[in-house]
Amino acid sequence: MSGERLAVLGAGVMGTAIATLAAGHGLPVTVVDVDPARLEAVEADIRGQLRLAQLMGKLPTDVTPGEVTPTDSIAAVAEADVVIESITERPELKAKVLAEVSAVVRPGALLVSNTSAIPIDELAASVTHPGRLVGIHFMNPPYLIRAVELIRGPRSTDTAMAAATALLDRLGREPVVVGDGPGFVINRILQRTINEAARIVEEGIATPEAVDAAFTGCLGHTTGPLATADLIGLDNVVDSLRVLHERTGDAGYEPCALLLRKVADGDFGRKTGQGFHRH
Amino acid sequence: MSTTTNREPVTADAVRADLLAFLEQRTKQAVDPDLDLFASGLVSSMFAMELVVHLESAFGLTIGGPDLKLDHFRTVTAMTALVLRLRETADG
Repeated sequence: MSGERLAVLGAGVMGTAIATLAAGHGLPVTVVDVDPARLEAVEADIRGQLRLAQLMGKLPTDVTPGEVTPTDSIAAVAEADVVIESITERPELKAKVLAEVSAVVRPGALLVSNTSAIPIDELAASVTHPGRLVGIHFMNPPYLIRAVELIRGPRSTDTAMAAATALLDRLGREPVVVGDGPGFVINRILQRTINEAARIVEEGIATPEAVDAAFTGCLGHTTGPLATADLIGLDNVVDSLRVLHERTGDAGYEPCALLLRKVADGDFGRKTGQGFHRH
Repeated sequence: MSTTTNREPVTADAVRADLLAFLEQRTKQAVDPDLDLFASGLVSSMFAMELVVHLESAFGLTIGGPDLKLDHFRTVTAMTALVLRLRETADG
């Protein structure tokens, strides 16, 4: 089972980009979303992103892009060999959607959550066969960044891990295998860093430009934490921080006032044109 | 994959001038036609997509297939050659 047909749940920034990655490697993809506006835009969006990926030399040149099928019906995942959940980072929504997938998916299909921070074992409670669920934390955009976090939940089976590894190989991605827990590796560290960086700006200790310049200039990071936050989307950052705060009780993850205010003002970062920086 | 829709004649000088003006407007700097835009750090490689979109709309082209390659957008000279080639192919 190497993933002949994919279904991606959620046509947001990540879902669309994951579908682009799959289509660009020749796999047919079904994209499921409940928002008609997103469904209408998704094919053109994926075509544009395929062009970007090709321009950057990040797609195989001898492959015909896989067909993209948008639908609002979760029943369409019945045909898929792999289902990748990439909806909003809200535990109750993910639990509901994964339960619905479980009811219609074919036996043996691999279930993947692209969650930022929710433990895989917690999500596994919502599916009929918890062993078939693994986490894959794709980076943004997944067709330009080869490495992904591949998360093995305590109940994920060897078969599921092998299927996930085969899928990532087919997609030209390189897994970093990690264990389960809130935020896994990257977001357990990164979300706290972003929150602290926002607090520093809030306290007037440094501007967003200065915070990022310290990380890029002094530490040699490719981007600073606040530019990274803008790329992720500040709405997603707040959702992830809440997930982490609720599960760890660690005050370092409690979203700071400046982050909350930006989200309330609709300044989500790159996707709205304004976050900590203007885009 | 690449096509053109606008058959108005276009010269190398006109393409070059258009691109230099576009880059100057976007980067606030005068650009040498042979400067490697990406290697010089003037723009990120992601900016190449904006160059593609600009060339397509300014010269009535659709750039696709093997033409969609970063090396074709590295310098103003290279982009000028691409535009002229695509327009010639379409006219011929």
